[in-house]
Amino acid sequence: MNERILHAKQLTKIYRSGEVDVFALRGVDLELFRGEMTVLLGPSGSGKSTLLNILGGLDQATSGQAWFGDLELTACSERQLTRFRRDHVGFVFQFYNLIPSLTAWENVALVTEIAPDPMPPEEALAMVGLQNRMGHFPAQLSGGEQQRVAIARAIAKRPDVMLCDEPTGALDSSTGVLVLEALSRINRELGTTMAIITHNAIIRQIADRVVSFRDGAIVETSRNAKRLQPSEVSW
Amino acid sequence: MPVLDRKLLRDALRMWAQILAIALVMACGVATIVTSVGAYRSLDETRSAFYDRYRFATVFAGATRAPLSLREPLSRIDGVSAVELRIARSIILDIEGMVEPAAGMVISVPDAGEPSVNRLYLRSGRWPDPARQEIAVLDSFASAHKMVPGSRLSAVMNGRKRLLTVTAIVLSPEFIYAIGPGDMVPDPRRFGVLYMPRSALEGVFDMAGAFNDVAIRTQRSARLPDVIDAVDRMLTPYGGTGAVERTDQTSHAFLDNELIQLRAMATVIPPVFLLVSAFLVNMILTRLIALEREQVGLMKAVGYTSFAIAWHYAKLTLVIAAVGIIVGSVSGNLLGRGMTRLYGEFFSFPFLVFRQSADLYAIAAVVSAVAALVGSGRAIWGVVRLPPAVAMQAPAPTLYRSVLSGVPGLARGMSQLSLMAMRHLLRWPIRAALTTLGTSFAVALLITALFSFDSISYMIDTVFFRTERQDATLVFASPRAPDALQAAMRLPGVMRAEGFRATQVVLRKAHRERRLAITTIAPDADLARVLDRNLAPVAAPVAGLMISERVAAILGLSVGDVIDVDLLEYGGRRSKAAVSAIVQSYVGLAVYMHPEALDRLIGDGPRLSGVRVALDTSRLPELYAAVKSTPAIGGIALQAVSRTRFRETIQENITIMTSVYTALAVIITFGVVYNSARIQLSERARELASLRVLGFTRGEVSGVLLTELAVIVALAQPLGWALGWGFSWSVVRGFESDLFRIPFIINRSTFALASLVVVAIALLSALIVRRRIDRLDLVRVLKTRD
Repeated sequence: MNERILHAKQLTKIYRSGEVDVFALRGVDLELFRGEMTVLLGPSGSGKSTLLNILGGLDQATSGQAWFGDLELTACSERQLTRFRRDHVGFVFQFYNLIPSLTAWENVALVTEIAPDPMPPEEALAMVGLQNRMGHFPAQLSGGEQQRVAIARAIAKRPDVMLCDEPTGALDSSTGVLVLEALSRINRELGTTMAIITHNAIIRQIADRVVSFRDGAIVETSRNAKRLQPSEVSW
Repeated sequence: MPVLDRKLLRDALRMWAQILAIALVMACGVATIVTSVGAYRSLDETRSAFYDRYRFATVFAGATRAPLSLREPLSRIDGVSAVELRIARSIILDIEGMVEPAAGMVISVPDAGEPSVNRLYLRSGRWPDPARQEIAVLDSFASAHKMVPGSRLSAVMNGRKRLLTVTAIVLSPEFIYAIGPGDMVPDPRRFGVLYMPRSALEGVFDMAGAFNDVAIRTQRSARLPDVIDAVDRMLTPYGGTGAVERTDQTSHAFLDNELIQLRAMATVIPPVFLLVSAFLVNMILTRLIALEREQVGLMKAVGYTSFAIAWHYAKLTLVIAAVGIIVGSVSGNLLGRGMTRLYGEFFSFPFLVFRQSADLYAIAAVVSAVAALVGSGRAIWGVVRLPPAVAMQAPAPTLYRSVLSGVPGLARGMSQLSLMAMRHLLRWPIRAALTTLGTSFAVALLITALFSFDSISYMIDTVFFRTERQDATLVFASPRAPDALQAAMRLPGVMRAEGFRATQVVLRKAHRERRLAITTIAPDADLARVLDRNLAPVAAPVAGLMISERVAAILGLSVGDVIDVDLLEYGGRRSKAAVSAIVQSYVGLAVYMHPEALDRLIGDGPRLSGVRVALDTSRLPELYAAVKSTPAIGGIALQAVSRTRFRETIQENITIMTSVYTALAVIITFGVVYNSARIQLSERARELASLRVLGFTRGEVSGVLLTELAVIVALAQPLGWALGWGFSWSVVRGFESDLFRIPFIINRSTFALASLVVVAIALLSALIVRRRIDRLDLVRVLKTRD
C-alpha cells in the first residue's frame, strides 16, 4: 500500500493574466500511493485542479517536478504526455465532457479503442450500474447517469490512477452519492489509485487521506482512521 | 467502425444542409472541369480522328486555271505526301419549296476511287456516276432539306441551270463547320456543298485538264512555310491566290475558336468555385471546432494524439469534398456527354469520340479535396495547437471593440440592436470580407453570363444596322465593268445598289504578314459604311487603306505606315499602300479602300466584284427567281436572312448559357449566404434567445442577424460589379479571334439584373434562417453552455 505512484516536488504554476501574475500553485509537494483514495479539498481557486491537471499530463508546470513512478512528467514532450494519459490515467470531470453525438457505449469505446489493455465497454458500464442504458445518447441520460458514463469511460482502460475533478459538483446529494459509490467500488474492487477533487468537505469522510488546499499551497494533510461508505454521507 | 468515425458520420448527418450547400458549390467546380475539359478533349480527339482517317489537308491553295501537269512537281515538294487537284466553284442552288436561293460550293472528286486528300465519309447512298448528272451532297444541307439518295435539286452552274440527282449523303473534314458567304453562324438550309465527278465538272466549267483548287497533305516533319512558298512559286503563273495553312481554313478556324473557348471556361470558372468552397469549408469547420472545443479537450485528455484529432476533422472536410466530387463528376459527365453530342449536331462529325479519361476525374477530385483541406487547414491547426487543459475550459468571452461609440451622431442614430449587428460584423472583419467576396462572385458570374447579350446586341446593331445595312450582296462570277451596276439596278425589287470590288491580298509589314481581302466602299455609299472608333461614319479617302483595329494589332500598324500589298489574284504582284485610318470592325479581318484607289492599285481599270442591294421585300420571289437564272451572278449572300438567323442562334446560346450561369450563381449565393447565416445563428443563439427573453419581438431579434447579412449582401454588389466587369473583359479578350471580336459592352440593366437575382436568393436563404430564429427554444438555448 505504500508504493508511491504519483508525486510532485515544489510544483509551481504561474498564469499570466493581463499584467498580473497569478500564482495557481506555490511550491506544492504531494505523494499519491497505489490503491489509495485521496480527497483534495479546498475552495475554488485554491490550486487543486491545476495540480491535478499537471499530474494528469494536461498542463505544464512553471517550475518544480512531477513524477509518475520513474517517469518525470515535467520533462515529457507533448507526445510522451499523450502516451502517458492514454495508457495510465483516467479522468472524470465536473461537467462529464461526454461527446453528445456518441451513445453511452460509444463514449466508453472511444477510450477502449486506443487503450492497450481495456475492459469491454459493457463491463465498465455494468460497474457503474448502466448496463441497461448503453444505447442512450448523453441528452437522454440524467446528470448522474452522464457522470457515471464518464466514470465508466475512465475505468474502462484499467488506468493506474483516476483523477476526478469535482465529480459531484454538478449533482444533487443523492445522485452525488451514487457517483461516489461507483468510484468507491472501483477503488475497492480494482484497487485503482484515486484522487478526488472537491470543495465539499463532507466528501472527505470517504477517503483514506485528505489533503487541504488554500491559495495554491497545501495547508494540511490528514489520514482518516475510518473510511465511511458513500451511502453514509449526505449534504 | 471506429467510434470517432461514428461521431463523424453523425456530425455530417446533423449538418447535412450546410454540407450539401458547400458540396454543391464544390460540385460546380468539379462539373465545370469535367464538362469543359471533357468536351474539349472529346471534340479535339474527334476532330483529330476525323482528320486522320479522312486525310484532311494541311495546305490549301487556289488558282484561276492551272494545268493538271503540275501534279508531278507539286508532289515532289519536300514534305508533301499527297496532292489532290480539284475544281471548286461557288454556285447557286435552287431548292424546291425554298424561295430564296441557297449558296453552294461544288467540288470535283475523282471519277473512280476516293480522293487522296479530304476524303468523304459516305453516310448513305453510292458514289455518283460521272456519266450521269449525279452528285454527293454534304449531310448538313441534305438533312436541312430532307434529301435522301434519289432526291433531285437544281444548281446554277456557270450560268446554266442543271438538274442533278443526289446519290450520296457525305461528310467531309473540310466542312465540319459549314458556313456560307456573308453568314456569321452556319445555316445548313442556305449553304450546301456538292461533290461531282471530275469528268462531269470539267465539261460544266470548261476545265478539261485543269484545276483551280489544290489540297495538299504533308508529312509530320514538313516545314509548312517552305511548302507554302514552293506551292506559291508553282501556282503564281496560273493566277495562284496564295497557299494557306489549316489555321486559315474556315471550318478548322471555327473549331479552333470553339476549343479555345472551352479551354478558357475550364481555366476561369473552376477556380472561383473552389475558392468559394474552400472559404465555406473554413467557415463551417472553424465554427464546428469552436463548438466542440471541450470535446477536443476531452479527446486529448483521454489520450488521442493531436494528429488523430486533426485527422478526424480533416475527414469531415473530405466527406464534404467527396460529396462535391461525386455530384460534380456525375453531373459533369452527363453535361460533358450532352455538350459533346450537341457539338456532334452543330458540327458535322461522322462519329464522336467521347473520351472517358480517369485522369480528369482524378485531377478534379484531388484539386477539390486539396482546396477543401486548405480551407480547413487553419481551423484544424487551431485544434492541434490547443493544450488540453485550455480546450476543456469554455473560451473567454469575445472582446468586441466599441465601434462607433466615438461617433455620437452616428451611434445615436442606430438602435442598440443595429449596434450589436455592426459590432459583430466588425469583430470578424476577415470573415465578413470573405463572405462579401463570396457573394460578389455570384454577382460577377451573372454579369459575365448576361453581358454577352449586351455585347452581341450592340454588335448586331453596329455591324448590321450601321455598317452592313444591305439586304443582300450579289457576287459576280468574275469581275465586271462598272455598267454591271446598272444591270443590277434593273433586277426586280432592287431599290438601291452599290457596287464594290474585293480582292485577295497579303499585307506585309516587316516580318509580319496576313492574308485577307480588301473591299471597296464608295465615298457616297450608304448601304455599307465604315465607322471610326467612335462609331461615326467615315468616307474612304482617295488613297490609302482603312484597316480595322484587329488588323492593325496583328500587323502592328498605325496611321501613316506604308506597307506591302501582294495582289494574289494578279500573280502576286507587289504594290505599296499607306494606312490612312484605323476603323471599327467586329467581324473578320476588314480592310477597306476607295474604289478608285483599289482600281489604281490593281491597274486594270474600274471593275466590280459585286453589288450590295437594298430590296423591296414584297418582290423578293421575283428577285430570287432572277438571280437563279442570271449567269453573271455567281453567288448571293442574304444579309437580311443572316441577321435573323444570327439573332436566333445567339438568342438560343445565350438562353442556355444564362440559365447555366444563373444556376451556378444561385448555388454560390445560397452556399455563402445560407452557411454564414446558419453559423451566425449557432454562434449567437444564446444572445438572440436572451433578447427574446428580454421582450424583443421575433422580427426585432431576426433583424440583428439579418442586418448583418443585409450589409454583407449590399457591400457585395459594387464589388461584384467590379469583378463581373473584370471577368467579362477577360471573356472578351479570350474570345477575340480573326473570325470575330465581341465588343465590350455591359448595360446598366445587366448590373441591376445580376444584383436582383443575388439579392432575391439572399432573401430566400435569410427567410429559411429566419424560420429557425422564430423556432428558437428559449429555455433550452439558455440552459446549454455556450
